[in-house]
Amino acid sequence: MNTTTDVTTDARADARAAQIADEAGERRFNELLASESRVEPSDWMPEGYRKTLIRQISQHGHSEIIGMQPESNWIARAPSLKRKAILMAKVQDEAGHGLYLYSAAQTLGVDRETMFDQLITGKAKYSSIFNYTTPTWADMGSIGWLVDGAAICNQVPLCRVSYGPYGRAMVRICKEESFHQRQGFEILLELMRGTDAQKEMAQESVNRWYAPALMMFGPPDEDSPNSKQSMAWNIKRFSNDDLRQRFVDMLVPQAEILGVTLPDAALRWNEERGHYDFGDLDWSEFHEVLAGRGPANTIRVSRRREAHENGAWVREAARAYADAQAESRRGLVA
Amino acid sequence: MSHSTNHIASTAITPESIAQSLASSSDLPDVAVATYALGLGDDALVLAQRLGEWIARAPELEEDVALGNIGLDQLGHARSFLTYAGSAFGKTEDELAYFRDEPEFLNHQLFEQPNGDFAQTIAKQMIASVYFVALYRGLAASNDAMLAAIAAKAAKEVDYHLDHCVQWVKRLGLGTAESNRRMQRGLEVMWAFADELFRSDAPTDSLVALGIAVSPSSLRPAFDALVPPLIVASGLTVPVTTFTRGGGRAGLHSESLGPLLAEMQVLARAHPGASW
Repeated sequence: MNTTTDVTTDARADARAAQIADEAGERRFNELLASESRVEPSDWMPEGYRKTLIRQISQHGHSEIIGMQPESNWIARAPSLKRKAILMAKVQDEAGHGLYLYSAAQTLGVDRETMFDQLITGKAKYSSIFNYTTPTWADMGSIGWLVDGAAICNQVPLCRVSYGPYGRAMVRICKEESFHQRQGFEILLELMRGTDAQKEMAQESVNRWYAPALMMFGPPDEDSPNSKQSMAWNIKRFSNDDLRQRFVDMLVPQAEILGVTLPDAALRWNEERGHYDFGDLDWSEFHEVLAGRGPANTIRVSRRREAHENGAWVREAARAYADAQAESRRGLVA
Repeated sequence: MSHSTNHIASTAITPESIAQSLASSSDLPDVAVATYALGLGDDALVLAQRLGEWIARAPELEEDVALGNIGLDQLGHARSFLTYAGSAFGKTEDELAYFRDEPEFLNHQLFEQPNGDFAQTIAKQMIASVYFVALYRGLAASNDAMLAAIAAKAAKEVDYHLDHCVQWVKRLGLGTAESNRRMQRGLEVMWAFADELFRSDAPTDSLVALGIAVSPSSLRPAFDALVPPLIVASGLTVPVTTFTRGGGRAGLHSESLGPLLAEMQVLARAHPGASW
């Protein structure tokens, strides 16, 4: 019996069967996209689609986890007990968002340890905005109003993303984010109705966060090479520049209610376009922070690494306990 | 007359609803009741402040959420008790939290102790939770309707806190040699502050006689029935330590409260009279 030939024949048959399955899977995948339906974890999907989603969802999860830090900076010093409670709840929501997102990424075949390892070794990216620092209380207002506001503009379309687990996680996240944005607005409103020192604190903070918040939508469309494919896959629904415009249009009337000045001399209503014009952004600043040279890149990653390493013995104990319990249950059954 | 017989729905009670109902009420607590509420509020506030320090530092994300949740519950209890206490002194919860100095804080010393490692935090939180469960169950039957309502709501929440801590004491005690060593050390550190929780004092005793307060010493049997067996079942040893002198209810504190308050109060005090 010639085993080599048998193996080769089997391998060929397997490859052929796989190819047929792939072709059927691809047809179905394209049908799902064409009919605006959801792709689920058990469905066939192109490797590029899977990789793009793993990257995007895990980065999004990392952003939530790193994003806890600039705000947790003010939990201990929050100036009223009500604000302290709201801030604690908000940071806790962010941990929850990180968990939903990691779970969504896990359905694509990556485990949490791998994602966490990429985060704490500095290999993974997360939203650059969290590499800025929060020196004043007003920054809690600016993060809510501007940063969460920009996040909502980005994330509402993601509720309709083609990948089911991601879209469903986003529905829940968006509900909480809109609460976060409102409370940020409320912090700034209270400051702007307060003493001169409070008004100054609010304006100074908005001055620092405005441009970085606008850059959260990513580079201008002509410099965003991956966008086209993501749009074809129903992952991305609107271009970076469209979303940025939508955000600016939303901000201007809100800034008027607050009584803060948006630090952009070119900001004015364009009757013809039906939108606000706004000034050019300093993209060299964006790329600097992205390259790790922001105000707090090293601090953010090392703080998360420290928490993870300091907790290693706790996780190990929980695992050992669970193993021992499983062992004794098996003993009882036997 | 503080101990009205009006029933206050405990499920809907919030610091805001308490403030609102007291604003239009002639039924404010007297100084003795308010001082008692102040002590309870300070216990919860100082503990919440410590728990907040864990956020974004916990051993895993689930624990970030859990400790944050426990801290939030404690902060809610603090706000309710302080709002009630403040109504007797014409002060808001924030005026009490941010503009009193260290000797005016009446919390037991256990709550101000630094977090230490995760095991030490769990040891503290476990002792605290056993105390709160027994205290709030008793206080839910208080002749003071407001204290009863706040306690009835809090009692349900601290039940979960206790369960969370019991689960961790077992896991750390029975997990690995290192977790056992750390859990034992955490217990040793916090044990010295447990006794203070169960010591009676004259002002509380006079309210106990009126059916308003819960006698601290009456809570001891519940602690003794639960904690030493849990420790032993978790492969740990019940600590044998001398107890601290205590005095938190009289404004005497360890060296840890001052820095905690300095941090908590810094911004509010930099802008006196401001609203946030």
